[in-house]
Amino acid sequence: MRAGQLRDHLRESRLFGSRLVVVAAVVVLLFGVLLVRLAYLQIINYRHYATLSQDNRIRPVPISPVRGFILDRNDVVLAQNFPVLTLEIVPDQVEDMGTLLSEIGKIITLNERDLKLFAKQLRERPRFESLTLRTHLTDEEAARFAVVRYRWNGAELRARLERHYPQGSLAVHAIGYVGRISEDDLETIDRNAYRGTQYIGKLGVEQNYEEALLGQVGFEKVETDAHGRAIRVLERIAPIAGQHLHLSLDARLQAVAEQALGKFKGSVAAIDPKTGNILAFASTPTYDPNPFVNGIDPASYAALRDSPDKPLLNRLINGQYAPGSTIKSFLGLAALDAGESPTKQVTCPGWYSLPGSAHRFRCWKREGHGVVNLHDAVVQSCDVYFYRLAVTLGIERLNGYLAGHGFGAPTGVDLKGESRGLLPNPELRRKRNQEWMPGETVISGIGQGATLVTPLQLATAMAGIANRGQHPQPHLGMTLENPETHVRTPVAEPIMASSGPYTPEQYEMMVHNLTDVVHGQGGTARGIGWNAPYKIAGKTGTAQVKGVKQGERYVESRVAEEHRDHALFVAFAPVDDPKIAIAVIVENGGHGGSTAAPIARKVMDQLLLGTTASSAGIPVKVQEDGSAD
Amino acid sequence: MAITRTAPFSALQRWHVDLPLFYAILALAGISLLVVFSASGANFLIAAKHLVRLVMAFGILIMVAQIRPENLQRLAPVLFAVALILLVAVLGVGIVSKGARRWLGLGPATFQPSEIMKLALPMMLAWYFARVPLPPNLRQLAIAALITLVPVALIAKQPDLGTAVLVFGSGFAIVFLSGMGWRVFASLVALAAIAIPYVWTHLHGYQQKRILTLLDPGSDPLGAGYHTLQGMIAIGSGGFFGKGWLNSSQAHLDYLPEAKTDFVFAVFAEEFGLLGILVLLGIYLFILYRGLFIAYLAQDTFTRLLAGGLTLVFFFYAFVNIGMVSGILPVVGVPLPLVSYGGTALVTLMAAFGMLMGIHTHRKIAA
Repeated sequence: MRAGQLRDHLRESRLFGSRLVVVAAVVVLLFGVLLVRLAYLQIINYRHYATLSQDNRIRPVPISPVRGFILDRNDVVLAQNFPVLTLEIVPDQVEDMGTLLSEIGKIITLNERDLKLFAKQLRERPRFESLTLRTHLTDEEAARFAVVRYRWNGAELRARLERHYPQGSLAVHAIGYVGRISEDDLETIDRNAYRGTQYIGKLGVEQNYEEALLGQVGFEKVETDAHGRAIRVLERIAPIAGQHLHLSLDARLQAVAEQALGKFKGSVAAIDPKTGNILAFASTPTYDPNPFVNGIDPASYAALRDSPDKPLLNRLINGQYAPGSTIKSFLGLAALDAGESPTKQVTCPGWYSLPGSAHRFRCWKREGHGVVNLHDAVVQSCDVYFYRLAVTLGIERLNGYLAGHGFGAPTGVDLKGESRGLLPNPELRRKRNQEWMPGETVISGIGQGATLVTPLQLATAMAGIANRGQHPQPHLGMTLENPETHVRTPVAEPIMASSGPYTPEQYEMMVHNLTDVVHGQGGTARGIGWNAPYKIAGKTGTAQVKGVKQGERYVESRVAEEHRDHALFVAFAPVDDPKIAIAVIVENGGHGGSTAAPIARKVMDQLLLGTTASSAGIPVKVQEDGSAD
Repeated sequence: MAITRTAPFSALQRWHVDLPLFYAILALAGISLLVVFSASGANFLIAAKHLVRLVMAFGILIMVAQIRPENLQRLAPVLFAVALILLVAVLGVGIVSKGARRWLGLGPATFQPSEIMKLALPMMLAWYFARVPLPPNLRQLAIAALITLVPVALIAKQPDLGTAVLVFGSGFAIVFLSGMGWRVFASLVALAAIAIPYVWTHLHGYQQKRILTLLDPGSDPLGAGYHTLQGMIAIGSGGFFGKGWLNSSQAHLDYLPEAKTDFVFAVFAEEFGLLGILVLLGIYLFILYRGLFIAYLAQDTFTRLLAGGLTLVFFFYAFVNIGMVSGILPVVGVPLPLVSYGGTALVTLMAAFGMLMGIHTHRKIAA
């Protein structure tokens, strides 16, 4: 406190006291205003409002909007609505619930699960709401009910629209599913917008595009009798149907990708490098979203959740893997930018060691590659070359280059809950009093350190090389279609980001190296290149298992398989005019060249050559009518 | 002052609980249980959930009451800074729902940083005024205005007008209690009057609509005006004696939206009539009296301003909510304090009462 500004305690406390008096007066005054208002409503206008309350027979009944469809780029329907007959009960209007249920049970089958779910709603929902007793009534059941319907108050037959995924498990990790609105959902949604709506997007694009798909609730002004039952409709404000969401996915390509993965656990991410349109988004094993719509039964859910194969895991955005040698595609560019001459020769004796250390970091080829330059090191995937490069760059610079390609940050795909991957930060580790071993920098050069990437990050980064400089933000949603006018508006403009400081010449050099991985002498992916009718640039990888960490348990009987290496392959094609960038990861699949690359080839064939032998007989149900009505 | 302690302190008093305030809050909690149960359509699950929340909130009250006012004072700038950072974060990475970005994810739970601000801002202003001689000069008032308006602007941007108004009210209350000159007060009122057209054009469409329907609720009986109209019908039809517990036809026939949360007062008024309202307002007035009394007895600038400010926040809640439900204020999302169903505001208010009790019971009595 400055001099001359001494605190006068007595004055302050007097001042405060007088202010309290003013405040108290205002409080009493304003409460008086409230009282006058309330007395005006309750005493003076009592008759008026009592009559209104008595005659409050007109009430707005919400009409739920039709949820928008989800379609693929060729208008194959991926999610639609299916009319089902449901039997619903308003508890407040029922005189004796026990009798009613047993009477209904005589003409319509009610199993234990129906009754249990109904009892649960009875406990949790307000008594004036319409609660579902049975869904999927057959026509015969409906007819039997209609005949005796007049006997009971409060039981009503309703036609409801139910979400249905006609392709079953296809692309479930992209589409997601809707489910019944839960108590937790109610805490954060605008209840008015969801009045009359039973479902809400829980996962995938169903969740991400909830607002557009939902539509706008409508109202009917309904006149009711004393029991609240509708007598007639006075006025109607029609609901506005949700918009149809067209995905960039190609269902056929998706089916090819999922089938190519077969029984393997793994993923295929394929994107159009120019736009970021995701063409295939496969994560296996998959599961059927349909049971989730009305609440999956606990046993089936537990089976999915506890399966060691983790079908519920969206491997493309939440699977975090060591990139293995695929990282060399990007570190090759880093080498050029850091001033390494492409002709610089490095001797690979089969191992590498740090100065003053006896520890030998092995090259995958035990006898060594001999003398290699950058081209050879990429084509033959020489580890020693990249060990040396990582040490020359240091971990910070190395991470800087990788961050430029989008690693270590979410890709920004239009799905919720994407993982970031990891670019290890020695600085941070030291702050936590953990050590950064020099050896970790060494193995970072071949993607085996603490670095973790998601499959979608790999595909996106590869798109950056395909574009020779810019990688797109990947996205599933392409256009939203107004169901009335059929006018389509794009979801978003393509967003591009620079992949790094590299020159066009450096890109061409690297693209050439990657092309030789597939087509050149001694290339590690030659197995898919020798008979390809188009040029592919790619890179194989084999990653020692870090595992997918979420809630994993140690199960001894499975260790052998789980310790098998992950097989990786990243690529784009055709080399001169790239239409697809792809990343394939096969968990415990062994080698990238022999397991992952052929899967990528099948997907690229399907896209670039059209229907091929590999896609024949894949069932994609094509709807004749893709409209909402 | 001679203090004679005739009897040993009760267990509650040993835990720094102010008994008059405690019993009044307890009475409100009882009313709350009754009316929430009724408004939820006699739903035991909701009532049980509400009871659990009330018990937890009382736990928080008692925990906060243990904090010594000196420590509250030390904590004030830190808490304010944290709340401010969270408010900025919420604009960046907050969870969007109901068309507004108010929530921050915290694992599986979500919370609203604006709730923290309801306590942090009064604490911060009290902390600031405790460092300067009072009444404040213009420069100090400008600083206080800045401290108030930055968080208010951030909250209004979410947009969450109801909370912004409450937070602004709490800031204004403390500035007023600090002894702001009457001439400054008058010029502020004039300024506000001039600013109204500007603010109006910057309101969201739905906010404008709510204010317009206040003037004529019949104009939009299915939309914004519907809430107000049904609330007024509920209150008015209650009459003097009310329809009796569990007899709110407005709530039970589902005419009244948000019956157990923001519009719970309408259900109360319908079932218990003006008589019940007199009792409820009586309890509110008693709590306000007790809070201002605690502020009057407080022994330094920080505690007296904080106690006064928190008490007035409670008043704003009650006034804004009842005013909105009875149709003299626009519909903003402000619950009826300690009566509405819902967790966040309950926790904030109980923490505020914990502070009040702590201020009162940690006084150095012998003087």
